[in-house]
Amino acid sequence: MTRAGPEAGAVPAPRFTHTATNDLGHETKMSAALETDGFIASSVRTDAPPAIVLDKVNKWFGALHVLRDVDLQVALGERVVVCGPSGSGKSTMIRCINRLETHQEGRILVDGIELSDDLRALDAIRREVGMVFQSFNLFPHLTVLENCTLAPIWVRKMPKKHAEELAMEYLTRVKIPEQAKKYPGQLSGGQQQRVAIARALCMKPKIMLFDEPTSALDPEMIKEVLDTMVMLAAEGMTMICVTHEMGFARQVADRVVFMDRGEIVESGTPEAVFNDPKTERLQLFLSQILRGH
Amino acid sequence: MSDITLNVASANPEATPRSAPITVVGPVAWMRENLFSGWLSTAVTLVLAYVVIRSVVGFVDWAFINAIWWVPVDARGVAQTQACRALEGSGACWAVVTEKHRFMLFGTYPYEQHWRPAIVCLLFIGLYIVSALKRFWNWRLIPIWAVTLTAIGVLMWGGVFGLPYVPQERWGGLPITLILATFGLAFAFPLSILVALGRRSNLPAIKVLCVVYVELIRGVPLISLLFMASVMFPLFLPEGMNIDKLLRAQIAIILFAGAYLAEVVRAGLQSLDKGQYEAADAMGLSYWQKTGFIILPQALRMVIPPLVNTFIGFFKDTSLVLIIGIFDLLTAGKTAIVEPAWQGFGVEVYVFVGLIYLVFCFAMSKYSQGLEAELNRHRRR
Repeated sequence: MTRAGPEAGAVPAPRFTHTATNDLGHETKMSAALETDGFIASSVRTDAPPAIVLDKVNKWFGALHVLRDVDLQVALGERVVVCGPSGSGKSTMIRCINRLETHQEGRILVDGIELSDDLRALDAIRREVGMVFQSFNLFPHLTVLENCTLAPIWVRKMPKKHAEELAMEYLTRVKIPEQAKKYPGQLSGGQQQRVAIARALCMKPKIMLFDEPTSALDPEMIKEVLDTMVMLAAEGMTMICVTHEMGFARQVADRVVFMDRGEIVESGTPEAVFNDPKTERLQLFLSQILRGH
Repeated sequence: MSDITLNVASANPEATPRSAPITVVGPVAWMRENLFSGWLSTAVTLVLAYVVIRSVVGFVDWAFINAIWWVPVDARGVAQTQACRALEGSGACWAVVTEKHRFMLFGTYPYEQHWRPAIVCLLFIGLYIVSALKRFWNWRLIPIWAVTLTAIGVLMWGGVFGLPYVPQERWGGLPITLILATFGLAFAFPLSILVALGRRSNLPAIKVLCVVYVELIRGVPLISLLFMASVMFPLFLPEGMNIDKLLRAQIAIILFAGAYLAEVVRAGLQSLDKGQYEAADAMGLSYWQKTGFIILPQALRMVIPPLVNTFIGFFKDTSLVLIIGIFDLLTAGKTAIVEPAWQGFGVEVYVFVGLIYLVFCFAMSKYSQGLEAELNRHRRR
């Protein structure tokens, strides 16, 4: 099989050494990058190797062709919003990135590592990729704090005390430190989703995936979650976000990707995609969601 | 002005709630609503009350008022049960229990050594209590079990520390029941978890193995397994090699209980939302971390009622070992009344044995209810 991706050959090149410091700041990573590779610290870094590469990815559910030749590159620090009608394959695509779904053809590289059956590579990738789900998926039998410290302690091998301090810092940043001792079932939907974001951040991921994070929320709670995501975006986190929140897309997205029937149909800046849709499919989609709002 | 109104409002936010009238609360209202709400209901209440009172009075008469607690024993050691027989069933002959309780509890274990199985029973009960306490749910439980079980073995067998040796064939009664039940469930439960996980495994060989095990064992009655263990299994062993009969029965019980419990555990695994697995995967937890921290704690809590149901069932099913001649509590009770003097007093013996089973099963049931409430605290809002 031929690999058509232009950057594909350049991908496995420099990778950041993970700084296991207690530092929450983005600067640490940046300066590490500066020292090692001399990259310029800006939000979207097109000169750095891409954080995520999807190269002619195909996937089938049985006979159903759900991803068709999906090509996507996400640069370090880039914020990509994926939209499209339901069943268009957008969730499947981001779930392929941390291999909650397996793709059958093509290549996916995350942080320079190719996704394959190699479990060690998969573990390495999952450590660097945080995910936030539509239905939160918090662990109901653990307290909020335990939810946040479980993976850092057992996957990152962090000392318990350190993990708890880190968790409290992130819970403070998502503005719910006072709920740390409660169980998820005692929180509102918006609070639960913010815990889920904090839980993912506690692993200090380089990349965050959001799979319709606000779709299961009551309208009055959507804003508190979006605000948390905007804060995260402002800090330069690499993000792929499947969402229908067009306001959020306009505010934070560097790029909007429109998917339909398993294909990426259009992609560009929010202005280009929303104000000047080229394809009929996108025009139809936009008219439908605008009518809906 | 507005300040004043606000203050008044906050000082007396709502009117004092008045108590409900006597016709809607209190025992009189409850009885009127539930027992005497119409002529049919009143009739049923009265008939049932009559039946209940008659049975209670009848039982009290039989069990306490007309009962005989002691009978004289003649010089040859034969009990004089004429007084009991004269009752003709109008009263219980508890004398059989008074006279024979040690045989029922300890079977054919040497009489003068009965203190040993008695201590064993107390050790088992102590072990259950310690294991049930949450503060012992850590590594300390392992040495506690190891030491207790060793002590139990030493006491039962003897042959060391000046204790006379007692061969396994002479063990009997309650210790046998407790040994079979404790070892049976202590091994069957972990086995069942592994089998349940194996049945959901992606590895075809493991999955098939687990399915075959469960279906095969569940497909035959426990009695036939016990027969196989006692009669057929030795035929497969090489000449001269012999595994203790109790151990063979024990293994049969473990395998049987394991298959049943595995299906209960699997039900718990299936009730979990797929998102829990995905969230654990996405965080990079390994299979065993995911299973140990996320999946099993939730799945097992979910199935506490059916688990305890199966536990209680197996505690009583250990009595089936009578079929291969092992002297458990029930068999010992049955044997106690073989003596001519005591023939015909089965009811008293079975009531006594039944009470012992009831105490253990009721304790399990009560404990599980407490455990369920305790462990599912997080579901409360």
